[in-house]
Order: sequence, then C-alpha cells, then structure tokens
Amino acid sequence: MSGDDSLIRMTAAELAAKIHSRELSAVEVTRAHLDRIAEVDGVVHAFLHVAEEAALASAALVDASLDAGTAPASPLAGVPLALKDVFTTIDMPTTAGSKILEGWRPPYDATVSSRLRAAGITILGKTNMDEFAMGSSTEHSAYGVTHNPWDIDRIPGGSGGGSAAALAAFEAPLSIGTDTGGSIRQPAAMTGTVGVKPTYGGVSRYGLIACASSLDQGGPCARTVLDAALLHEVIGGYDPLDSTSIDTPLPAVVEAARTGASGDLSGLRVGVVRELGGEGYQPGVQAVCDAALRQLEKLGAEVVEVSCPHFVYGLAAYYLILPSEVSSNLARFDAMRYGLRVPNGASAEEVMAATREAGFGPEVKRRIILGTYALSSGYYDAYYGQAQKVRTLIARDFAKAFEIADVLVSPTAPTTAFPIGEKVDDPLAMYLNDIASIPTNLAGTTAMSVPAGLADGLPVGLQIMAPALGEAVMYRVGAAYEAARNAEDGGPLIARVPSLPGVPA
Amino acid sequence: MSAQDGPAEGRGISRDEVAHLARLARLAVTDAELDLFAGQLDVILGSVARVGEVAADDIPPTSHAVPLQNVFRPDELRPGLTQEQALAGAPAAEDGRFRVPQILGEEA
Repeated sequence: MSGDDSLIRMTAAELAAKIHSRELSAVEVTRAHLDRIAEVDGVVHAFLHVAEEAALASAALVDASLDAGTAPASPLAGVPLALKDVFTTIDMPTTAGSKILEGWRPPYDATVSSRLRAAGITILGKTNMDEFAMGSSTEHSAYGVTHNPWDIDRIPGGSGGGSAAALAAFEAPLSIGTDTGGSIRQPAAMTGTVGVKPTYGGVSRYGLIACASSLDQGGPCARTVLDAALLHEVIGGYDPLDSTSIDTPLPAVVEAARTGASGDLSGLRVGVVRELGGEGYQPGVQAVCDAALRQLEKLGAEVVEVSCPHFVYGLAAYYLILPSEVSSNLARFDAMRYGLRVPNGASAEEVMAATREAGFGPEVKRRIILGTYALSSGYYDAYYGQAQKVRTLIARDFAKAFEIADVLVSPTAPTTAFPIGEKVDDPLAMYLNDIASIPTNLAGTTAMSVPAGLADGLPVGLQIMAPALGEAVMYRVGAAYEAARNAEDGGPLIARVPSLPGVPA
Repeated sequence: MSAQDGPAEGRGISRDEVAHLARLARLAVTDAELDLFAGQLDVILGSVARVGEVAADDIPPTSHAVPLQNVFRPDELRPGLTQEQALAGAPAAEDGRFRVPQILGEEA
C-alpha cells in the first residue's frame, strides 16, 4: 500500500483514542480513507456513492469541537464509517441497490443515520448491496457486483457485500449492514470480518428501506469484536419512531467485549447445533469451526451438542414469509410519489406496471411473484400460514436449546466465498447460503459472525447465537474467542488479506 | 385459483399462473421472463412446500418475533415533511400536488 497505511489498518478504537488525544486529526483520518477508496474501489466496488466533501466537513467539525476542549460526542467521534445504501440519508442518494430509486435524495434521515451523525462518526459514503437486500452475493445489485478483497473473482457475500468488502479492503474501519436472513453475518464470514445481527427491535428500522419488516434488522460491522460493540452502542436502543423498537436499556456490549477479551469462559455452556453442520457444509469450513470449538474449550467453556429439529425447515419457511412481506412492502414503488416513472401507457396502472418492470431486477421480481402466490386465497394456509407455524417451532427449538446452553455456535455459512457468476442463475443454490443464519431472523434472536480461520485460503466465519437481548454473553464469547484465535495465529485473520491487484503493496 | 390446485396435489406453477401473478403485482414482465421465472419458481415452490411436512395443526402462527401491541404516543403536534420536501422526489408535481396519470383506463 502506498501512503500512510497505518491509519487505514488501525481499529476504530485505536483511531478514536488517537483522535480524542489529538495525536491524529479526524480530517487526516478521513482523508486517508478517502485516498484509499480512490485507490482501490475501482477494483473492489464497495461504494455506490462517496461523500468526500460531506465527510471532510463532518470530520472538521469533530476536530474543531475537540480543539475547543469539548468532550467527544461519543467513543467513536471522528472515526469514518461506510453506510449500507438502504438507510436514508438527507445529504446523499439512497438507492437500495435498485434502478427504481436511482438518484433519489430522501427528504429525511434514518434514525441510524442521525445517530451516527450525532455521535460524530464520519459517513464516508453508501455501500453496494443486492437490490432491496435480496441476495447473498451483491450480484443482484443494479449497479454491478462488489468484489471480495480476498479474491476479486469471488463474491463478498450479500446482501451487505459492499459494507463487508469496505472493511476487508481497508476503505473504512466501521460499516453498517442489515440482516434479514444473514445479510450482515454471511458477508462478514466471506470477508474475514465481524458482523452482528442484533435482537429484532434492538436497532431502529426508521428510515431503513424495508425488505421483510418482521425480519429486517440493522447492525454493526467491523474488523474487531470491540469495534462492533462500540458501534452497536451508538446505533442501538429504543426509538419511538419504530413501533417494533424494544423499550428497554441496550445490553452493555462494550463492557462485555472488554471482559471477554481477558479470555476466561469458565462455566459457560456452548451448544453445537447438530442440524447446522454436516451434509451440505464444505469440509474445510467444518474443520475450521471444529478447531474453534476446541479453542472455546481451552478457554474453559463446556461444549454440549444440542438439537434444533425444526431448523431444517427454516429455509423453506423463510422463503415463504420473506417474499410475502416483500410483495406487500414493495407495492409502495408505484411511480407516483418518488423514484422512477416510465411513462409507457395511458393509465396509472399501466405506468406502474411498466415502471416496476423497468426498475426492478430479476430476483426482486421473482420474490414479488412468489410472495403474491403464497398470499393468494387458496394457497395462504398451505404456504404462508404453515410457514408462520414453523416459525413458532423454530423459536421453541431456540428456547429449549438456550435452557442447556448459554450460546449456540455453528458455521456462519456452509461454504467459503464462491466465484462470481457461479450461482446467479440458480436461485435455490443462492438461497442455501443463508441456511445457518436464517433461524436467528425467524426467531428474532441475536447472532454474530467472527473470523475463525481460512479454508483453501478463503475466510470462514464462526456464528455465535444468543437469546433475545442476550448480546452481552454473545459479545463476551466473541471477544474471548477472537483474542485466543489471534494469539494462536500470531495476529488477526484480516492481516492476512492479500494485496489487491494493481494496487501497490 | 382454488384450494383444489394447492400444494397437496404436488403440482407446480404454470406459465399462465406466473403471468396472472405478475399482473396482480403490477409487473409488465416479458415473454422471456415468463419462460425463465415459471421454471425457476416451480423449483423454488417445490422446495418451500417442505413446510407442509411439519405437523403443526395445534401450533399458533408467529407473525412477529416480538409480541406486538399497538404503540401510542402523546397526541402532540410535531413537525413533519414540508410540502416542498414531500414533493421533491416526485416524478411529476403541479400546484403543490403529485401529478399522476389518469387512474382509470379508456374502457372505464
């Protein structure tokens, strides 16, 4: 890497400490990341929009405030961040990866956006994603695929591939994702980064463009567990603008991450979910996760096997519930109030149909049609109704498992990153990526993906699942595992990401 | 469509059905898309129909992970979008209102 690459390789916690002690200015930190984006994003394509001026102006405000002796607005004030392009931003375009919203400037900020600003975090820009968060590879973005920094011929995961790739390419130390069926955790696993899906209702959905409202959840992405915790505390907590927001204090995740890093997990019970492994899981992925279990045992944890028999129906239930909600939510894109209008036809209905045909990509259309089918009279009970019952059974499986284990673990995804183009024309093969992450969304519980090692040179994620509002124990285990793994491996996994082609090492 | 055509019979989804669903969903899909989607949706439906294997007659459905009840706020005025902001993203606006195509077709 050219220039001063120490700034872009630091953790968010390190950057914040140096900015707050005035050893570094927020502007020089932002400048270093903008320079890195200019250098590598032509290859990676993590960003759909880079807000250079706004980012530098925001950083300058943080510097001026700190120089005047004011206390930092938050523990992350002055640290840059990449925001998934599904959260509305009043000063940047918001597309959700769709042509139907090309160039749209929202008239309001999402709660997540406004909390980031209030915390003094510098928003560098908006990241690429599968259209309306439907996909597991970013290949369904209307604006081109994002490339995995570990191997640019491979996918970075999805839907939040841009947010994950930005971290792994050192374009940002922090990013925000959304997780409907794994869209934070699976990209984290594919890119050797950390991604957290909070408890449903833990992070406000106000201003988050809806995919499936009962499943969508925004959350933090970072290169370390502590950085994710610091960001979690900035964006999380009750929001009266979201009717499903949980009105209780946020779990103390930063404290949990710091406690965990000291490493002792004595007395903690770790459940291995029998149904999330074995057939369909790449042997190299399984081997890395088995090694992670031995690591957890060395830290004092007791490893037990648990069975969640209905998890095998999770994928089927999810691909009925999600398209049903999608078919309803995406009805708002009607060519009348905002977004694209294709003036083909005389009536509003014809214009609407022509606009949606031109503005939506194939995966969005497939899911709208599937959801319309599942909700049709005559099919409702057999499909949507039955899927909702399976959802109950999956939540009960979790409840039983959490009686005998404090956290559950599994591979985050069944395989490592696959080549771009390999699954894009086979929807069912693409859906299988989320087989281990979906149960958590259906139950509304919390889970995270932590880098666990490499299989054939590509990163593998360990998924750690906890009960609703059980983030503290999850962060504690994640931080303990991360510290032990890094100590054994001689450093963090992300330090082993190769140099990008065409970019000076 | 009727219940008799349901998944119990193990039948898939036809091209005509996909065309009908696309009309309901206001998607002016092309013939090529119909050919493609009909085959793909048939495979997907065949897979998701697995939910029917679960004996769940006495199981209550879950629509939301968090039990929902109506959430109220104090009935106090607070600022919303201005008319200008609300219209800023509109494909067409006139006299402070959204301008839309005629709602009904010629035959109506």
